[in-house]
Amino acid sequence: MSRPGFVLEVDRSTPPTLCWHGEGFKLLRLPEGSRILYPPEPVDALKDPDDAIRQALLHPEGDMAPLPTLMKAGMRLTIAFDDISLPLPPMERPDNRQRVIEAVLDVAAEGGVDDVVLICALALHRRMTPAELRHALGDRIYDAFAPHGLLLQHDAEDPSALVHLGRTDHGEDVEINRRAAESDLLVYVNINLVAMDGGHKSVATGLASYKSLRHHHNVRTMQHSRSFMDQTRSELHTSNWRMGRLIAASGVKVFQIETTLNTDTFPSAFGFLQKREWEWGARDRASFLAVSKSLERTPDRLARSIFQSIKSPHKMSSVQAGEVEAVHAITTEHVYRQQLVDVEGQTDVVIFGLPYICPYNVNSIMNPILVACLGLGYFFNLYRGKPLVRPGGVLILSHPTPWAFNPVHHPSYIDFFEEVLADTTDPVEIEKTYEERFATDDWYRHLYRTSYAYHGVHPFYMWYWCAHALDHAAGVIIVGGDTKAVHRMGFKRASTMRDALEMAEDIVGRDPSITHFHCPPMMIADVH
Amino acid sequence: MKALLFERSLPKFAAARVASEWRSGSGARVGPLRLTDVDEPDLPAPGWHRVRPRLSGICGSDLATIDGRASRYFEPLVSFPFVPGHEVVGELDGGARVVLEPVLRCAARGIDPPCPACAQGQTNRCRNLAFGHLKPGLQTGYCSLTGGGWGTALVAHDSQLHAVPDSFSDQAAVMVEPAACALHGALLGRGGAGHETAVVIGAGTLGLCTVAALGRLRPDIETLLVVAKHPEQRRLARDLADCTVVEPGELARGVRRRTGSLVLDSGQLTGGASLVFDCVGTSQSLSSALEVVAPGGTVVLLGMPGQVKVDLTGLWQREVSITGAYAYGTELVAGAGTEAAVPRRTFDLSFELVADAGLERLVSALYPLTRYREAIQHAAAAGRRGATKVAFDLRPTRKFRTKEMHA
Repeated sequence: MSRPGFVLEVDRSTPPTLCWHGEGFKLLRLPEGSRILYPPEPVDALKDPDDAIRQALLHPEGDMAPLPTLMKAGMRLTIAFDDISLPLPPMERPDNRQRVIEAVLDVAAEGGVDDVVLICALALHRRMTPAELRHALGDRIYDAFAPHGLLLQHDAEDPSALVHLGRTDHGEDVEINRRAAESDLLVYVNINLVAMDGGHKSVATGLASYKSLRHHHNVRTMQHSRSFMDQTRSELHTSNWRMGRLIAASGVKVFQIETTLNTDTFPSAFGFLQKREWEWGARDRASFLAVSKSLERTPDRLARSIFQSIKSPHKMSSVQAGEVEAVHAITTEHVYRQQLVDVEGQTDVVIFGLPYICPYNVNSIMNPILVACLGLGYFFNLYRGKPLVRPGGVLILSHPTPWAFNPVHHPSYIDFFEEVLADTTDPVEIEKTYEERFATDDWYRHLYRTSYAYHGVHPFYMWYWCAHALDHAAGVIIVGGDTKAVHRMGFKRASTMRDALEMAEDIVGRDPSITHFHCPPMMIADVH
Repeated sequence: MKALLFERSLPKFAAARVASEWRSGSGARVGPLRLTDVDEPDLPAPGWHRVRPRLSGICGSDLATIDGRASRYFEPLVSFPFVPGHEVVGELDGGARVVLEPVLRCAARGIDPPCPACAQGQTNRCRNLAFGHLKPGLQTGYCSLTGGGWGTALVAHDSQLHAVPDSFSDQAAVMVEPAACALHGALLGRGGAGHETAVVIGAGTLGLCTVAALGRLRPDIETLLVVAKHPEQRRLARDLADCTVVEPGELARGVRRRTGSLVLDSGQLTGGASLVFDCVGTSQSLSSALEVVAPGGTVVLLGMPGQVKVDLTGLWQREVSITGAYAYGTELVAGAGTEAAVPRRTFDLSFELVADAGLERLVSALYPLTRYREAIQHAAAAGRRGATKVAFDLRPTRKFRTKEMHA
């Protein structure tokens, strides 16, 4: 039985707390009375995940027949799956996607289905490399499909590969992948790392075009989602649900398979990263010292490469299949069971130590826009109820925030940073003035379709993710960030956490209440 | 009179060149420039006047000369020893303030009839810069007989003098000559389809004046990008025109964004800006210009280039034009209330530009002649030190001190 997450109040006997700082971490000694939120320990993994998957396919949730009865010879079957952005860090083999798709293919083969196509549902993300696909799907699937052109990556900029299914009653265009929409059965294979993932968002976002995505990936939607982790209070999800229902009403039959993971996030060499500091044993302390000292002498590129090579041991904790909404309701409960931490009341200042990875820099560089998005878009929104920081409070992020970009993965990010943020940091103004030009730029389009680049509009979405936090908090301070990069984004930079806390006092007053969000591993603050 | 005198001395030229490799402006310490007492220049002929400089600017071409980096091309077009200084606001004997138009063209040289270029008002293209009753010298400030702005007196011909309106401060007036250079360059490359995208490389005095001129006189330019290295330059560029300012390393990406260009593996844009104004004049700036200019586009060279090394293959394959923009003369501009273009002297337009754009703010620091080494080093490092135009202050009653005018 795993222990739940909890809130520690710092006193004299509290050891320093580990705070992530990009490809590294620091030990912080917080003022007495500060709170530290610790995530729950990993829940038990499924003992036999392959059997659990088979059972889920045979006993679907909601108004959906068992998968074997849906498979008919001569039918068109499309299996869509989540892309490189999930899970984080990438998991050790076998990946959930491999396990589930192998099971689905077995059922399809038993049913005599031979028109099967796999589609990576990457929306406007970058395409996955062959090595990344092989890792996610396994050698057997990759070798059976990729050489025959049956392993596709969704192309949101190929008009011939898209179909417009109509508009929702809110006037939202629903345009998704043609192969998926015109198949007799669309099986969607999901990994739910956080409560935000899955549900109708899988198809309505993962397989959609820019024309469709812009209806919910915009500033207004982001500002009206309280939070993304609570589907009932998320405008982003409400829009996706309208679209998902229209997709179903258009005759697209979706068989949703959702899996959850426990939070066993780091391999044993980094085990100290997911333990509470006062429970560190001699081995943990030695590991911490060895890793910390080594990192001090390691060039940034090498450190990045080391961290990006980490494969997470997290294990499948649940799997459910069937009708989208019925499945997702159960999935969400599993995610909450693993990640919710009860917290009493908001706080003046929240500290987010930001790790080296976010959904959009797997095997890449965490550029400044992604730092902002991880801190203000993701960590800030890891709440249910109300944000951990009070309105008018201060968010302190810890990350080196280098002025560095991966030119292959993030070409439009460079331009966004150089041109757009140099002009304004106001999401509303940015959306109004710049979004369309970037979204329709032929060069970005070309790179998105043929290389490994995120779509031209993607950095805008990253900035929009920050909109709620920027509205809510009165100040953002980045500890240890590159001065120019931090300034470009309109934030303040502090050299040390002590300096940052002093700067925060200028905004929230003396002796503020402070909370350190000790993440990852993942958690959701359930703030009452 | 007191003057900074530039003499022919090959060892000192060499020393200046070597020293300037280490630090720009160091030629003032080891080169052939020295502060000395010289006789006031004689009036060469009727129609000439004695001018007592009040402010005299330090120009990029002056710095190149002092640092021994000027091309030997100029050797037959100057006469030694000379007193530099061609950006001059001064005072006539009667007290009237004048701005000097320094080109020593046919009229000043007593040559009549004038050469075809001078006859058409294109005095910057005068063919007689080494002839007539003056010694060689393409401008005042490079001729041994006329004196120059870096002395307490010079002589100038009627054709070189422009009365300064009372509303003009000395700082505004000293900007008229560099602004005229910029204005002349900014008016080149017209006749496109309209909706042009233009780039200005460099945001020193010349670059910023070009930005101001383009913003006011080129309605055909729809998008203007300015390459500025230093924060104060970036601020001023944005102030002077509706433009996008980029840092040097961001230029190609900036132009690509604005023109919707694609990019070849080499980094070469497939499209680009129809006009590029190179206000620096180095191999690097010209190469940058050629990287971002559109096929069939034009690169206007405003900065004095000297010997540069560039790959011209793209210029050939993309049919790009490079044109020089030297000094000023007569410009064809739209007349008031009429669409027909009328000829106007560049200096007349420049007075209007300086007033309209408030270019006097570009004068950042004034020095007495006695602190000339300091002044020249300040000018050589102007951008880095947050300055734009550095000038000598020769007004006799002024209590000299360096003043950062636009911190």
